[in-house]
Amino acid sequence: MSPAIRAKGAGKKAFINARLLDPVKQTDETGGLLIEDDTIAKSGPDITEGTVPDGFEIIDLGGACLAPGLVDMRAQLREPGFEHQETIETAGKSAAIGGVTTIIALPNTDPVIDDVAGVEFIARRARKVGLAKVFVYGAVSKGIEGQEITEMGLLHHAGAVAFCDGIKTIASARLLRQALSYSTFFDGMIVQHPEEPELSKGASMNSGELATRLGLSGVSPLAEVIQIERDLRLVEMTGGRLHFAHISTGESVEVIRKAKKRGLKVTCDTAPPYFALNENAVSDYRTFAKLSPPLRSEDDRQAIVAGLADGTIDAIASDHNPQDADSKRLPFAQAAAGAVGFETLLPMALELYHNGHMSLLDVITKLTRTPAELVRIKGAGTLAEGTAADLVIFDPDRPWKIDPYQFHSKSKNSPFDGRLTQGRVLRTLIDGREVFSEGA
Amino acid sequence: MGPAADHYPHPHLLGIEGLTPGEITLILDRAQHYAEKNRSADKTSNILAGATVVNLFYENSTRTLTSFELAAKRLGADVINMTVGTSSVKKGETLIDTAMTLNAMNPDALVVRHGDSGAVKLLSEKVNCAVLNAGDGRHEHPTQALLDALTIRRHKGRLHRLNVAICGDIAHSRVARSNILLLNTMGSRVRLVAPPTLIPSKIDRMGVEIFHNMEEGLKDCDIVMMLRLQLERMEGSFIPSVREYFHFHGLDRAKLANAKPDALIMHPGPMNRGVEIDSEVADDVERSVIREQVEMGVAVRMAALELLVQNHRKIGGQA
Repeated sequence: MSPAIRAKGAGKKAFINARLLDPVKQTDETGGLLIEDDTIAKSGPDITEGTVPDGFEIIDLGGACLAPGLVDMRAQLREPGFEHQETIETAGKSAAIGGVTTIIALPNTDPVIDDVAGVEFIARRARKVGLAKVFVYGAVSKGIEGQEITEMGLLHHAGAVAFCDGIKTIASARLLRQALSYSTFFDGMIVQHPEEPELSKGASMNSGELATRLGLSGVSPLAEVIQIERDLRLVEMTGGRLHFAHISTGESVEVIRKAKKRGLKVTCDTAPPYFALNENAVSDYRTFAKLSPPLRSEDDRQAIVAGLADGTIDAIASDHNPQDADSKRLPFAQAAAGAVGFETLLPMALELYHNGHMSLLDVITKLTRTPAELVRIKGAGTLAEGTAADLVIFDPDRPWKIDPYQFHSKSKNSPFDGRLTQGRVLRTLIDGREVFSEGA
Repeated sequence: MGPAADHYPHPHLLGIEGLTPGEITLILDRAQHYAEKNRSADKTSNILAGATVVNLFYENSTRTLTSFELAAKRLGADVINMTVGTSSVKKGETLIDTAMTLNAMNPDALVVRHGDSGAVKLLSEKVNCAVLNAGDGRHEHPTQALLDALTIRRHKGRLHRLNVAICGDIAHSRVARSNILLLNTMGSRVRLVAPPTLIPSKIDRMGVEIFHNMEEGLKDCDIVMMLRLQLERMEGSFIPSVREYFHFHGLDRAKLANAKPDALIMHPGPMNRGVEIDSEVADDVERSVIREQVEMGVAVRMAALELLVQNHRKIGGQA
């Protein structure tokens, strides 16, 4: 099987005999979906072979799942500036194979996306490539240097869906306070990488017994919750909207759970490594498993699963952070943190369903509807009539072995290398166009 | 003894972790043979004649480098020293580039010291020859632990049922980790004595007792193993001052009085006199075996090189 990327005209298509997962209506039922040109014309249980109107190409999905295309709210595309690791085109291929139709890219490119021209460049390139819909975060601070806020209002008008300083923590309490406060006038959202920088300085993995045995500098899980607790005070003070990215510890989940109960405008996401792996994946100095934040203890992993199940954690993002081989084939402390995320996002998230922690619909909701709502992208993450036909069709039970060398990302590293998993994307559609079809 | 008694089964010596008591004893027995030979008039042999040993040092270490060089030369091997320092990193050459280049020259053994934990293991995966870890970051320094063990065994006659206190900068010490692993494997009890900032997280799970007070930690010890305070590896304030450190954690005669009267004093060197150890104690000819540790270092490295190169010739050479 050699998956291929292709784009062809949309026309009129009818998918029948599908397991329709609609995260907005909260339905999981057998039915069909009609596409007319680039939009969803209709979906529901009453669409069967006998009810499809004339002129539609009928595609029988044989019971495969049909859901809105995945909305990935945290990914690094590396263009401009780091094209040896990824480009918008290779990222688009990788996303298409992973069923991701909407990407929200971090601004830590070179140059940094801290002005209107940067936002427009990404939009223009992504439209030309046409493999995924790409939106961007604007930088919170100019040059992501943590000193002065950017022209957030203008960036918002230009299309930046929210704001963050990439993989850097917004360490200055003054800057975060100003950004949270300023962004309230256009209901902007600030995304924080929660890791207290002084406590995590020089560290390359989770602190604890394993780090001590390996002789590596560890960062305490406390570095995450300390940052969150400080930031919550600023949310309370400003009334701003704050989102914590890739939560990785049990204490973080607990603190955010309490903050939500108090009514603060706080949300969070996590990424598959933090609910599917623990720090033991780092054993033997395996740099593929070097991530930021680092993989945590088994107790933390279980708390992340519980946080997803009870709704404390709103969304699942891929945290796609591709690294070239030369950045990984180094002694552990020197190696770059990060991994390819798009192509393992769905199967790893489906483990939550296969292991009985969440329903299939709930998993899909965290991959589609909630991220779309958080970053206010209308028409994404839904099967509603009249919205763009951005869809993923997948077999949730198909077993396969993850092999990074088969990835379509320009980079080939994954902490899930060699993992046996279940769930495979069969087709991905953008505006009704098929951008990926298994076996095509 | 099983097969390990006459055969070292590993292609490399990357750490003490994973070695059995039999394998440790095998190396020490062979080292004991070389220790005696090194005190005789004829110190050399041709057991490794024709072999090439490359000492690849990314960190400066005159003592360890010289010890390995002497060990290889006494066995008749050709020795090349490469002190890479940080210059090659600045030029952009990675560890793996260097490994591949050296591998193409077909050495029989690479002796590697590197500032990053795990770097020597990474390198060992890329070459066809035997690799000896001469210290990687904060991880392991196996020949140091073996030479410490040989020194202890020569004085105490055994490596089991001893109370050993390892004192000082545990957090930054590869010597401590290797010694903990070795002494635990051989059946001794290890205590760590240091201020809380120099005790790494969860190290108690390695089967050691933790003390912050020297008087309590040294009580009834058979061995007092001092470590160098590695100020160059410290980021931030681990100790308030050298003066305060010596006051509470430096080894002097008063603190040593808590250990057994015949307790040995050890130090991997180089010593910071007046920081972690008082000169009066360091130079005590009755108790201090610090110079003997240096002597045993050559013997242990001869044993390790012999076993590994011969092993490589038998099994690795076929690769």
